[in-house]
Amino acid sequence: MKRLFGWIAFYALVAAIILYSVFPFYYAIVTSLKAGSQLFSVEYFPTTWNWDNYVSVFREQPFAYNLLNSVLVSSAVVALSLFFGVTAAFALGRVQFRGRGLLLMTVLGVSMFPQVAVLSGMFELIRGFGLYNNLLGLVISYMIFTLPFTVWVLTTFMRDLPKELEEAAIMDGANPWEIIVKVFMPLMWPALVTTGLLAFIAAWNEFLFALTFTLTNTQRTVPVAIALISGASQYELPWGNIMAASVIVTLPVVVLVLIFQRRIVSGLTAGAVKG
Amino acid sequence: MATTEAEVADLATGAASTATQVEKSQLTRSRVRAAWLFLAPMLILLVMVAGWPLFRTIWFSFTDANLSDLSNAKYIGFENYLAYNDGEWYGVLADGEWWNAVWNTLKFSVISVTLETILGLVVALVLNASFPGRSLVRAAVLIPWAIPTIVSAKMWSWMMHDQFGILNHMLMGIGLISTPLAWTASPDLAMTAVIMVDVWKTTPFMSLLILAALQMLPTDCYEAARVDGIHPVRVFFQVTLPLIKPALMVAVIFRLLDALRIFDLIYVLTSNSKDTMSMSVYARQQLVDFQSVGYGSAASTLLFLTVGLCVVLYMTFGRVRFDGR
Repeated sequence: MKRLFGWIAFYALVAAIILYSVFPFYYAIVTSLKAGSQLFSVEYFPTTWNWDNYVSVFREQPFAYNLLNSVLVSSAVVALSLFFGVTAAFALGRVQFRGRGLLLMTVLGVSMFPQVAVLSGMFELIRGFGLYNNLLGLVISYMIFTLPFTVWVLTTFMRDLPKELEEAAIMDGANPWEIIVKVFMPLMWPALVTTGLLAFIAAWNEFLFALTFTLTNTQRTVPVAIALISGASQYELPWGNIMAASVIVTLPVVVLVLIFQRRIVSGLTAGAVKG
Repeated sequence: MATTEAEVADLATGAASTATQVEKSQLTRSRVRAAWLFLAPMLILLVMVAGWPLFRTIWFSFTDANLSDLSNAKYIGFENYLAYNDGEWYGVLADGEWWNAVWNTLKFSVISVTLETILGLVVALVLNASFPGRSLVRAAVLIPWAIPTIVSAKMWSWMMHDQFGILNHMLMGIGLISTPLAWTASPDLAMTAVIMVDVWKTTPFMSLLILAALQMLPTDCYEAARVDGIHPVRVFFQVTLPLIKPALMVAVIFRLLDALRIFDLIYVLTSNSKDTMSMSVYARQQLVDFQSVGYGSAASTLLFLTVGLCVVLYMTFGRVRFDGR
């Protein structure tokens, strides 16, 4: 009897956790499929399948541009941070030299910077390069938060690779660049996928820099575009459109995360617990 | 480490080793040179996007810089921070709104990180048990983490809508409230709303970190406790909690640093409302909306110092170590 009660309580808890995690996104999907005045009656299940909101998001604003901008910026950020991350992680993880610990601490320190603390300096830098309202400006500024954790996670991974592999390569006369590309890279795919995915998500979700360093509608990334969707007045937000846009940007990320969930969990914990 | 071991081995083998030793140290030196070469691009980039902007922001905080023309900034000392003029105090430190923002940020950080830790522990303990459908639950738990903050802010502000929101509908349905609440607009509830959304969004991160720590625990002490018939609750407080404390401390500081710089959630959920304004929102409002870069930079610098102070305090009192191994 007591066991049965415990069993029921446990599964009730499990159900509550699932409901709590999934419901808001589910409700966004339900809302996005409603049309017109249907929005204003609360329903727990979709009654109609109306795709008007999805069409009007693209018609009423440059949402296709915003999506393309987000994809371009996030991909460029991933490519750059992986390149700089791998080269730096080789030095930090495989070679013993003086100042190595200090460097790692500095990199970790940078990842703790509040973004606002560099906002005016970053604004000046971006304007100095002539990159205000330009996607390249966003790519450069995003390095401040993707690079530190990429370096950190890849370093912990690189450090644990067997020494013998590298020694054998050195015996064969390979230089450090060849060691990275031919010996380590094939072994590092899991770590590269994890850190790349985390960097992609971080760049995809970023808001403060994207809000501050872009000006025109067509240069904005998706989060800023969604935040700035407005209706005829402050009190008439087009909730159907907002929810449709939210579902469009969230679905790919959710699918990616669910496919790679094991990798992501190990990446997060390598970055935080071991680090 | 590797070189010293090699050197010891070399000494032991005798005279013939001198040549190889020279070769080895040459190899080491060329490796160190290569290391710096490989580090250089990352370091240059980091100095460019982090070090330099931070330095410039601190410099701007001592000037009267304006957003429309940054190059004309003049040095004015500490006037952006605190100045006394004609019997009145000026500057960020004399601004009631700044202190309100500091108080809001601290309140938000402490409450939401505490709630996330407790909820995260519960979720992690559930996920650590083995039951059918566990991987499904883990996937579900990850979803809030994957949703962009802006999107979760919008989703929740729709759910918390004062007239058509499902949250009011639910609460009225079960009889907890009698009239609809204006979650994001009313001064008493706005902070609660922000905390609710933040807890929802960041509990997954917390629970995954705690879960990782739980899965590294040795099983033998649990066996022993079970054989001795000790109550599970006691086992949790006397065995589990002390063992996962180091990981918990690291997870808490990561979240705390994140919470102290909160911007996007508050900006989207309650815009520039005074009731929820955080230090980051305050600084950006001065910088961008009011165009006073000098004053805003002073606020940014103070935020940076606050975060730094929190790290130092936490690491001193919590004895958290970050040195990797």
